Amino acid sequence: MEEKKIIVEIKNVNKVYQGTNAVVKDLNLNVYEGEFLTLLGSSGCGKTTTLRMIAGFEDITSGTILVEGENIEDKEPFERNVNTVFQTYALFPHMTVFDNVAYGLKIKKKPKGEIKTKVMEMLELVQLGGFEKRYPSQLSGGQKQRVAIARALINQPRVLLLDEPLGALDLKLRKQMQLELKRLQRKLKITFIYVTHDQEEALSMSDRIAIMNDGILQQVGTPVEIYEQPATRFVASFIGETNLFDGAVSSVDGDKVSVSIESGVITGKGTDFKVGEMVAVSVRPERIKYSVRPVEGFTVPAAVKEQVYVGSVLKTIVVLPNGNEIRIERLAGEELPAEGMVYLYWKDEDAKIIHSFDNNIFAAIDNIQLA
Amino acid sequence: MKKKKNFRGNTLPALVMVGPVTLWLLLLVAVPLIYVVFMTFCSLDANYNLVFTFTLDNYKRLFDANYVQIYAQSLLIAFSTTLICIIAGYPFAFLIARVFTKKKAILYMLVIIPFWTNSLIRIYGWRTFLGSSGWLNNMLTKLHIISEPAEFLFNRGTIILGMVYCLIPYMILPLYTAVEKLDKSMIEASKDLGAKGPATFLKVILPMTASGIFSGSIMVFIPCLGYFFVADILGGGKSDVIGNLIERQFQSGNNWPLGAALSVILIAITLLLVKIYQICGGDMENLGV
Repeated sequence: MEEKKIIVEIKNVNKVYQGTNAVVKDLNLNVYEGEFLTLLGSSGCGKTTTLRMIAGFEDITSGTILVEGENIEDKEPFERNVNTVFQTYALFPHMTVFDNVAYGLKIKKKPKGEIKTKVMEMLELVQLGGFEKRYPSQLSGGQKQRVAIARALINQPRVLLLDEPLGALDLKLRKQMQLELKRLQRKLKITFIYVTHDQEEALSMSDRIAIMNDGILQQVGTPVEIYEQPATRFVASFIGETNLFDGAVSSVDGDKVSVSIESGVITGKGTDFKVGEMVAVSVRPERIKYSVRPVEGFTVPAAVKEQVYVGSVLKTIVVLPNGNEIRIERLAGEELPAEGMVYLYWKDEDAKIIHSFDNNIFAAIDNIQLA
Repeated sequence: MKKKKNFRGNTLPALVMVGPVTLWLLLLVAVPLIYVVFMTFCSLDANYNLVFTFTLDNYKRLFDANYVQIYAQSLLIAFSTTLICIIAGYPFAFLIARVFTKKKAILYMLVIIPFWTNSLIRIYGWRTFLGSSGWLNNMLTKLHIISEPAEFLFNRGTIILGMVYCLIPYMILPLYTAVEKLDKSMIEASKDLGAKGPATFLKVILPMTASGIFSGSIMVFIPCLGYFFVADILGGGKSDVIGNLIERQFQSGNNWPLGAALSVILIAITLLLVKIYQICGGDMENLGV
């Protein structure tokens, strides 16, 4: 892969609102030129605040943000080479679609002919040709969204910031717009920084995902990395479904790590772990295998509690002897027995060991004592 | 008739609910109004008693040069008052709605509280304050800025001052509503697209709050034509507004038909302005209609 150029560099950025806790805590993040980066997290995690700091709508409490190597702290929003697509679209209701899209160029006092060609080009690009005389109130949600995107793109920003742009659309339209946004981004090769709380949206659109929780950046990586190698408990449980076991590292042998949990020892893969460290083990529901007879090697007995058929897959909940529930997903057609005992097992590499220094350390300690 | 069908079965409860209000409006608004219009076609006998002999004289007298001059003066006062109210009220409304948002309640109360005191009393207050032995003159003389009391009262400027003072809340309140309704992201979007403060104000904020300016103007301009007591107390009878003319015909002039004709003119001007407002796309709800 060719050398990637950093376009936005966020260094040790903190954001504290007066009289409240920190919203963004010591954030370090590089965004590469031309990539589609998603800031993902639940509401209040600091993702929108981060975006707004890049846009210039929020002051940075401490730290620096560089865009193309330039510190943007003292630059007003209108001096920054970034544009924003707002969650509420923020279209000017007293202007036509044409005037909305032309706004940025008119402010720059471009010649009329040039404005016209460019606006028409932009509207064509977002598939809104012929809508230029309408007012925002005469458009559907999806159309408004397209106008907002065209309006932001016409200034040819180096970075386009998108603040939950699809949040107000219904599911079907959202899926369609996801594909279209991705297509636009590939075509224009503009860096997109995209904020969402929808993990599926993040997984399907992004080149890389940065997951935030409670103002802290949890992990940055490709969708596959994020799903397969979650760095923290939060990431493991936030992205997709998973089963988490808390325990302590009992032995380390290369990248093989054994973890004592309440009901035995799980061996999994991971690096950079010390014996005695509190960890969590994450096993995805679709990676869990089962047998009705005891199997050799590592196995966990469990009782089938409930099965839910959701079309393509069958979701099963089984109960461990200690009462904990485990979720299993199978392709429809390879059902577990509807009741009785089963023996669960999985491959070592499907058990991901996760540092457990975050919030759930007390649960881990409790489990050790029980064991 | 179609309408009768809709009443079917629900006539009694409907009457109980709508009846009193309708009766009230009929007796206290419609009937007097019709009577006023009727009066304009009456004349007076030798003893100044109202007699019904159909005449258009009352309307003809409206074009008397003296009266026309007063209409012009009244309109001038109303225009100036409205303009000053916009210029003074807009920044204040903007500050309450967008800048000092934490002190919103207190600032809002500053506008509302004077409403609770009778405006007549407040206008007398101004007279005392500005009078030749008033507080302002006393202070200025004591500070040796002026050697003898100046005449602040009894000119058009004082009337406009009083009008602005009385009517500015009617400007600030709709402006405040309009500015507050403005989504913050509109301003951010404008800045994001490269517009500086003044451009954002002219191209986004002002057009989007124009409805507030508009309804505020209507609500200031119209009463301004009729607030005779302000012109009386602060103008000393030198600069009249249309309201003074009407008041005089009903009181000292004892010419009710002429007063009624003047009132009809005032009503006509009001309706015309409201119609213009409506045609220009003004929101009737903002006028309390």
